[in-house]
Amino acid sequence: MNKKKRRLIMRTIILAVLALALVYTLYANFTKDSNQTIKKGDTAPDFALVDLDGNKHKLSDYKGQGIFLNFWATWCKPCEYEMPYMDNQYQHYKDQGVQILAVNVDESTLAVEKFVKRHNLTFPVAIDKGSQVLAAYGVDPLPTTFVIDKEGKVVDVLSGSLSEAAIQQHMESIKP
Amino acid sequence: MEKKQSKWALLAIWVTTIGFIAQIGYFITRWIASGHAPVSNLFEFTTFFGMMLVGAFIGIYYMYKTPVLGVFTLPVAILIIAYASMFPREISPLIPALQSDWLHIHVTTAAIGQSILAVSFAAGLIYLIKSVDQSKRSAKTFWLEAIMFFLICTVGFVLVSSGFKAMDYKAEFTWVDKSGQTAEMEYTMPALVGPHESKLETPDAFKPFFDLPPILSGRKANTVIWSLGAGIVLYGIYRLIFRKRAGALLQPLVKNVNLDLMDEISYRAVMIGFPVFTLGALIFAMIWAQIAWSRFWGWDPKEVWALVTWLFYAAFLHLRLSKGWQGEKSAWLAVIGFGIILFNLIVVNLVIKGLHSYA
Amino acid sequence: MNDIKCECGHVNPYGTILCEKCGRLLDETQKDSKLIDMRYEGGARRSQTYNKTIVDKIWNFFSSVKIGIWLIVLVLAASAIGTILPQEMYIPKTMTAAEYYEETYGWFGKLYYLLGFHNLYSSWWYLALIAFLGMSLTIASIDRIVPLYRSLTKQKVERHEGFMKRQRIFGVSETDQTDTQDLKQRLEKQRYKVREENGSLLAEKGRFARWGPYVNHLGLILFLLGGMLRFVPGMYVDEILWIREGETKAIPGTDGKYFLKNDEFILEVYDKDDKDFSEAIERTGTVAKNYQSNVTLYEKDGETLPGEEVNLKKIKDAQIKVNIPLKHDHYALYQMDYKKDELNTMSFDLINKKTEESFGSMTVDLNDPKPKYDLKEGYSVELESYFPDFEFDDKGTPITKSKIPDNPAFVFTMYTPDKPKGETSFVAIKQTLEPLGENTYKLAFAGIETRNAAGLAVRKDMTLWLLFIGGGIFMIGVIQGSYWNHRRIWIQRRNGQMWLAGHTNKNWHGLKRDIEQVIKGTDIEEPVDQAQDEPSSKKGEVLNG
Repeated sequence: MNKKKRRLIMRTIILAVLALALVYTLYANFTKDSNQTIKKGDTAPDFALVDLDGNKHKLSDYKGQGIFLNFWATWCKPCEYEMPYMDNQYQHYKDQGVQILAVNVDESTLAVEKFVKRHNLTFPVAIDKGSQVLAAYGVDPLPTTFVIDKEGKVVDVLSGSLSEAAIQQHMESIKP
Repeated sequence: MEKKQSKWALLAIWVTTIGFIAQIGYFITRWIASGHAPVSNLFEFTTFFGMMLVGAFIGIYYMYKTPVLGVFTLPVAILIIAYASMFPREISPLIPALQSDWLHIHVTTAAIGQSILAVSFAAGLIYLIKSVDQSKRSAKTFWLEAIMFFLICTVGFVLVSSGFKAMDYKAEFTWVDKSGQTAEMEYTMPALVGPHESKLETPDAFKPFFDLPPILSGRKANTVIWSLGAGIVLYGIYRLIFRKRAGALLQPLVKNVNLDLMDEISYRAVMIGFPVFTLGALIFAMIWAQIAWSRFWGWDPKEVWALVTWLFYAAFLHLRLSKGWQGEKSAWLAVIGFGIILFNLIVVNLVIKGLHSYA
Repeated sequence: MNDIKCECGHVNPYGTILCEKCGRLLDETQKDSKLIDMRYEGGARRSQTYNKTIVDKIWNFFSSVKIGIWLIVLVLAASAIGTILPQEMYIPKTMTAAEYYEETYGWFGKLYYLLGFHNLYSSWWYLALIAFLGMSLTIASIDRIVPLYRSLTKQKVERHEGFMKRQRIFGVSETDQTDTQDLKQRLEKQRYKVREENGSLLAEKGRFARWGPYVNHLGLILFLLGGMLRFVPGMYVDEILWIREGETKAIPGTDGKYFLKNDEFILEVYDKDDKDFSEAIERTGTVAKNYQSNVTLYEKDGETLPGEEVNLKKIKDAQIKVNIPLKHDHYALYQMDYKKDELNTMSFDLINKKTEESFGSMTVDLNDPKPKYDLKEGYSVELESYFPDFEFDDKGTPITKSKIPDNPAFVFTMYTPDKPKGETSFVAIKQTLEPLGENTYKLAFAGIETRNAAGLAVRKDMTLWLLFIGGGIFMIGVIQGSYWNHRRIWIQRRNGQMWLAGHTNKNWHGLKRDIEQVIKGTDIEEPVDQAQDEPSSKKGEVLNG
C-alpha cells in the first residue's frame, strides 16, 4: 500500500531527526567541560609578545621550527617544578629547530624577573600583559603547554607539571 | 438562569467584597509608604497571596454562585494571612536585585496564578469531604484527616507564635555553625531543641532538651515542633469533645453540594489559573532573571519548584483530558497541587536556601 | 487494516470510533455505553492504525499520552530531588565537591554526590528525559492533530441517531412546531456559527480552542529547540570579567574585539536613619542600595595580534547596575559581584629605629612594584622579593598563593650611608622580621591606598529570540485552549419530535447556560445532563442557605 509506505518513511525521517537532536545535545553536553578554545589538531593562533630582554617574538616568524609554548605563573608550584627541566632540554634542542617560549600570566615585571633570575632560565620569557594571548588560547589550568609543530599546528595540549622525559619526548616530536 | 440566592449568601458575599476592598486599601497604602510594590518579603508576599485568594474566590463565586465554596476558601485565606503576620512586618528597603518593575509584574502575576489554583484546592476539598465515606476507616479518611490536621497545625503555629510574642519571650543562644564558627541565635519561643553545641545566654530561659546537628536551623526546627505540638493538643481537644473525624464533622455542611459542579469548579479554576501561573512564575520570571542575573534560568530552588508546580498541573490536565481522571481522583490531585504550592511558599523559602530573598 | 465504510456512505480510516461525517458509532464494543467518548472526535489516532515495524513501535511509544504523563512525572521528581541539597554551582569553591558534600551533610551528602545529584540538571539522564519529553510532545501532537482536523472539517450537520442519544446533554421535545429559523437567530445571537441542512441545525463556537493544545506544544518544542541551540558553538558566551578601578581589559568571549575600562565602582547602602526603613535595617543589618560600575567601552582599532599594543577607540561611557546591564553588539555586561578595598599601593618611611628620624618615604605599587626606590641623598631601598598573597609553606619559606595583593609581603634591603652593604628586612602586614641580624633602620608602615574591583558577567545569547518566540507561542496556545471552549449544539427534527444534543470540551456550565438562553420561550424542553440524570438548570443551586 503506497500510503502506508509513505507514512513509514515520514515517521522514520521524523524519528531520525529527533534522535539526531538528542544525540547531538548529549554529546555537546558531555564535551562542554573540556572545551578549551584551542584543541589538538587546531592551528595555533598567531600572537606577538616582547620578552624580558626586549626581543619581539611573533609566532608566525617561527614557521619551520617547533615551538614549545608554556603558560605559567610564579605562584604556581607545578610550573616551578618543570622550569629546570625545560631549561635543560632547551639547551639541547635550541640548535635543532625547537624553541621554547614561556608566557607568564600577567604578573608584575619584578616578580617575573626575580623568578627568572632565581632559576637561571635561559629561554625567552614574556609577560602577557592584559592576558590577550591567554584568552586566545583559552588556558586553564596552569601550567598548560601547547606543543606546536613546524607547520604551526597544535600537536598536543599538556596540562599539569611535566617530567623531564616527557618534555624531551614532546620536543623530539616537533623537531623539524 | 436567574438563581435565587439566599439572603445570607448575599450578605456573606457583600461582607467578603468589603473585606477584599479593605485589603486592596492596605496594599495601596503600603505601596505608597514604602515606594515599592509590597511583595518584597515573606510577610508581604504571603499576605498578597491570601488577599488574591479572596479575590479569586469572589471572581469564581460570580461565575457559579456557590456560597459553600466560600465556606472553605475564606478560612484558608484567613489562615494564610494569619501565618503571614507571624513574620517581621516592618517595611524593608529593596536590595539592588529587587529594584525593578519586574518585581511587581512577576511576583503579583505568580501570586494571582497560585491563588486561582488554590480555589481549585478548596473545591477539591469540598468534593472529598462529601464523597469520602466516613462510616469506616480507610486510607482516604486518613489522608483527608491529615489535611485537616495540617490546617489545625497552622492554627497552632499562629496561636503559639502570637502567645509568646505577647509575652515578649526571648532567649539568646551562642552556637557553632556548620563551618565551625560561633554565632548567635535568638529564640522567641522556649527552646525545646537547641542549635548545634548551644549555650544559653539568657538567664532564667528554658533550657533545650537536646541540640541539633549544624545543618538544621535550631530556631526553625523549634518552631515546627511547637506548631506540631499545639496542633496535636488542639486536635486532641477537638476529638475529645466531638468524638469523630473532622472530615465527618464537616460532611453535613456539604450534604447538598453537587459533586459534579465542584469537580467542574475545581477543573475550571485550574484552567484559569494555569496560564496565569505560567506567565507569572515562569515567563515573567525568566525575563527578569535574564535582566537581573544575566541568565533566564539558573536552577535556583525557587525556580525549580515553580517548574515542579507547573509540571504537576500539566500532568493534572493531561490525566484529566486523556485518562479521564475526573471526580475524586481529580480532587485529590487538586489537593496535592496546593500542597506543592505551599511547599514552595514555606519550605523552599525557609529551609532550602537560594537566591530568592524571602528567607 | 481496512477502511470502514459507514452507512451514510463516508469512508473512514481504520480505527475510527465515530464516523467522521455523521457520527454513527462504528466501534461495536461501545454499543452498550450510555455516553460516547468524544476525545479526538472519535477519530482514528494514527499511532493505533499501524503497528508493524520497529519504527511504528517507537512512534507509538512516544505518541502515547500515558508515556507523556510518565515523562512529566519523572522530570518533576528528578527536578525536586535536585533541590534537596544545593547544586555544585552554588557551593563554596574552597574545597572539592566530594569533600564539601560529605563534610557538610554526612553520609547523605556523600550518597548525593556519588549518585551525581550535585550536578543533576546537566546530567545526561536528566537531559535525555527532557529530550524524550520533547519527542513525546512532537509525535503525540502530529498523531492527533491530523485526525482531529479531518473530523472537524468533515462533520455533517445531521448526525446519526446513536450519536445524538449518547451525548451528555440530550433532550427530546414532543413538538414539531418549532421555528428553526428563530432558533438559528437565537443561536447566532449567542455568537454561534450555525449551519443548516434539511431543517437540522449545527451550531458551533470556539472551535479554534481545539487547536490550543497543539499550538502550545509547538511553542514548547520551539523553546526546547532554543535550549538546544545553546550548545551550538558561537551561540552562547558566558564569561566572568574581574576588573579593578583604573584597569583596562579585553572583554573575554569577544575575541579581543572589545575592551573595558573600569572608571569607578560604587557601593551604596541604605541610610540607617531612614524614617521608613530604620526598623528593618536595625533588625537585619546593613542593606545594600546600589552596586554600580562606571565603565568606558572601547573597540579595538585596526588589526593587531594578541599580545601587541592595541589602539582603542572609545564607544561609550556607561553605568552598569544590577538590573541595568550594558548592551552592545549582542553582548551584555552585568553587574554580578564586587570586591571592596583591594590593596593597591603601600607606603613606607625609612626611619632610624632609635631616633625615629625619617630619611624619606616610598610608595610601592602592589601590582607593579619597582626593583629600586631612591630616597634622600645616599639612602635607597631595593626590593629583593615580593609576595602579593603571602604565606609560609610547609618548609617555612615564604610563598605567594596568587598574584592578587591580598596579603603583601616584601624582602627589602635598605642602603644607608652608615650601612653601605645594606640591611635586610622582611616586611609583611603587622610583622617585621630581621633574618640577618638586628638592624639599625626600618621601614615604617605609612599607609595604604585601596581600590575596588567589579565582577562583571559577559553574556552573549543568540538563542533568546527563539526562546522568546517559543514562550510566546506557548502562552498563546495555552490561553487559546484554556479561556475558550469549543461548544456545539445539534438540533434535529425527527418523527415529529425535536431532538437537541450538546457537547463542549469543557465548561458544561457555560454550554447549559447558552442552551437555556436559546430555548427560552420556545416549545423545546430543557435537555438533560445524562452524566447526572437531572435537568441541567438544577445545577448550581447547591447550598440552601
